[in-house]
Amino acid sequence: MNVAVAKTGKGRAVSDLFASAEGRLPGAPDVIAVRREAFETYERLGLPHRRIEEWKYTDLRALVGEMLPLAAAPDADALKRAAEAVKAHAIAGARKLVLVDGVFAADLSDVKALASEVSLKTLREVLADEANSAAGDLLQTASTDAVTSLNAAMATDGAVVSVADGTHLSAPIQLIHIATAAGASAFTRSHLRIGEGARATIVETFVAAGKASGYQVNDAVILWIGDNADIAHIRLMDDAPDAVNISSQFVTVGAAVKLNFFNMTTGAAVSRLQGFITLAGEGSELSANGVNLLQKTEHGDTTLVVDHAVPNCVSRETFRAVIDDRAHSVFQGRIIVRPDAQKTDGKMMTRALLLSDEAEADNKPELEIFADDVSCGHGATAGALDDSLLFYLKARGLPEKQAQALLIQAFVGEAIEQIADDGLREHVIGIAERWLERRS
Amino acid sequence: MALLEVKDLKVRVEEREILHGLTLTVNEGEVHAIMGPNGSGKSTLSHVIAGKPGYEVTDGQILFKGEDLLEMSPDERAAKGVFLAFQYPVEIPGVATMNFLRTALNAQRKARGEDEYSTPDFLKKVREVSKSLNIPQDMLKRGVNVGFSGGEKKRNEVLQMALFEPSLCILDEMDSGLDIDALRIAADGVNALRSPGRAMVVITHYQRLLNYIVPDVVHVMSKGRVVKSGAKDLALELEASGYAQFEDA
Repeated sequence: MNVAVAKTGKGRAVSDLFASAEGRLPGAPDVIAVRREAFETYERLGLPHRRIEEWKYTDLRALVGEMLPLAAAPDADALKRAAEAVKAHAIAGARKLVLVDGVFAADLSDVKALASEVSLKTLREVLADEANSAAGDLLQTASTDAVTSLNAAMATDGAVVSVADGTHLSAPIQLIHIATAAGASAFTRSHLRIGEGARATIVETFVAAGKASGYQVNDAVILWIGDNADIAHIRLMDDAPDAVNISSQFVTVGAAVKLNFFNMTTGAAVSRLQGFITLAGEGSELSANGVNLLQKTEHGDTTLVVDHAVPNCVSRETFRAVIDDRAHSVFQGRIIVRPDAQKTDGKMMTRALLLSDEAEADNKPELEIFADDVSCGHGATAGALDDSLLFYLKARGLPEKQAQALLIQAFVGEAIEQIADDGLREHVIGIAERWLERRS
Repeated sequence: MALLEVKDLKVRVEEREILHGLTLTVNEGEVHAIMGPNGSGKSTLSHVIAGKPGYEVTDGQILFKGEDLLEMSPDERAAKGVFLAFQYPVEIPGVATMNFLRTALNAQRKARGEDEYSTPDFLKKVREVSKSLNIPQDMLKRGVNVGFSGGEKKRNEVLQMALFEPSLCILDEMDSGLDIDALRIAADGVNALRSPGRAMVVITHYQRLLNYIVPDVVHVMSKGRVVKSGAKDLALELEASGYAQFEDA
């Protein structure tokens, strides 16, 4: 589709954004050249809209309209508020990497503890290193859609982590993105390289500090997983109710890997997680699961593209959406099986629970199968809470809201149960419970 | 003292009237059996007492301990001491039985302004009761009624009855789908709960159940009314003569 002609004034407004931010963007001249090129790609495409198939249900031109100016680097007061948010959202025992308004906050992070087990740098540091001729590669990804290109152009900071072969991390790494500013945007990009045979748990948390509102997040994570690694990767998008969060994940999975991925969206006026997971080595097992909990007029989009590029891999996807009021949930799940990827076993199940007559769920499963000896399938359902179950619970003394909450927890439980670690699972359940308490 | 007073109750489902002026009084400590052919309105009565949606009460009233039951939501009725043992208990995947029991018990206690049960007290009580009902502990870890046999589901209802200690128990066709052994276990559980402060209404199609749960009073329902009441021997009479004699009543 030729989308260049579809560019609107809203798309063009970003030019000013880039021009005004350029002075604050880290990078040697080579890197700046890469940024300019990425920005040109973005300018050519404009903000994604409904006529682009992948964005059919999440029209950013209509939903977001304009990109906000880059947030100022956090001052002492902002860091103080961020510290409080860190306290509230840190996972017990995890080692923290904290980004405040798109800037790495060393004082809030567990740099020393992490450095004992992994190699850790900031994106800013790597991009600014003039001796590193490959620094610009950190801004390149296989996909160059509009939001990813914009991220490459504008990314101010992020974590660059490398876990050496055979390392078993003694604690989860938690990347905490905190917004303290109102009406501003943060662009972050992190690179995580997991060595062969390594074991790690990575959690990403997106939250607002205090009353921060109306902010925009554009995050990208590039995750490379070596052969025989065992990885749990959990994302918690728990932003302020009027925020925007557009996140992209590019994951390359080696051979005989176990990857357990989970995303939960419990906030933001407009959010999209787009995950591109390529199974590039044989014998790997992917479990990719997600939950959208949406209320008011929130719009939450989870888009997962699982690419079976080689034979003998297994992928399982379980997705649950709970949609209240006039909220809108989107799940797009595509499974690609390349011609060589024989003996692929890919299954996807998505279910939506509509709590109001005006709630909306769009489920778009897609199978693109080019091999002939595979086992692939998908299923999708949408419905309301079962009245007979509700009555049973009420007849046992549970008030309406409590009866609903118990059934909603059971519904999303099927996805949350896929998180193996007890502590992490409890943390996730806690966030879901707070969402239930927010229901009016 | 009258625990439950149903007075001239008329109930519609959609446009059809099912109960046409039903009157029934159940005193504390009594066990009443309600018998009748299919479609006589037995289950409708139990549903209306428990507060199931979909029924429209067009006339009459239901008093429970002198209070207007029809003004209360189902959970308020439960907290006041009304318990309906379902004919077909539902399966609730993902809600562990133990969690459900504790949540329900504490919701009722909270509504009555009582303290929540402590975990050790609760566990002790569940263990005691489940043992007497022959309910294995691992069943309590599973989803509510998920994969339970018919007998296990009914025993789970009796378990809840024992835990919640309601003052009025309505048993809706407790014998349906049970073999004799399962029926005996469930009935023994019910009999153990008979007490001077508690009344029971046993709704059944067959006399068989009343060999195990012996009633004080037997009512015959036909076409949405109680058409005859008597002592326990009435059930035996019915078994011999059938319901046909009441069909034209």
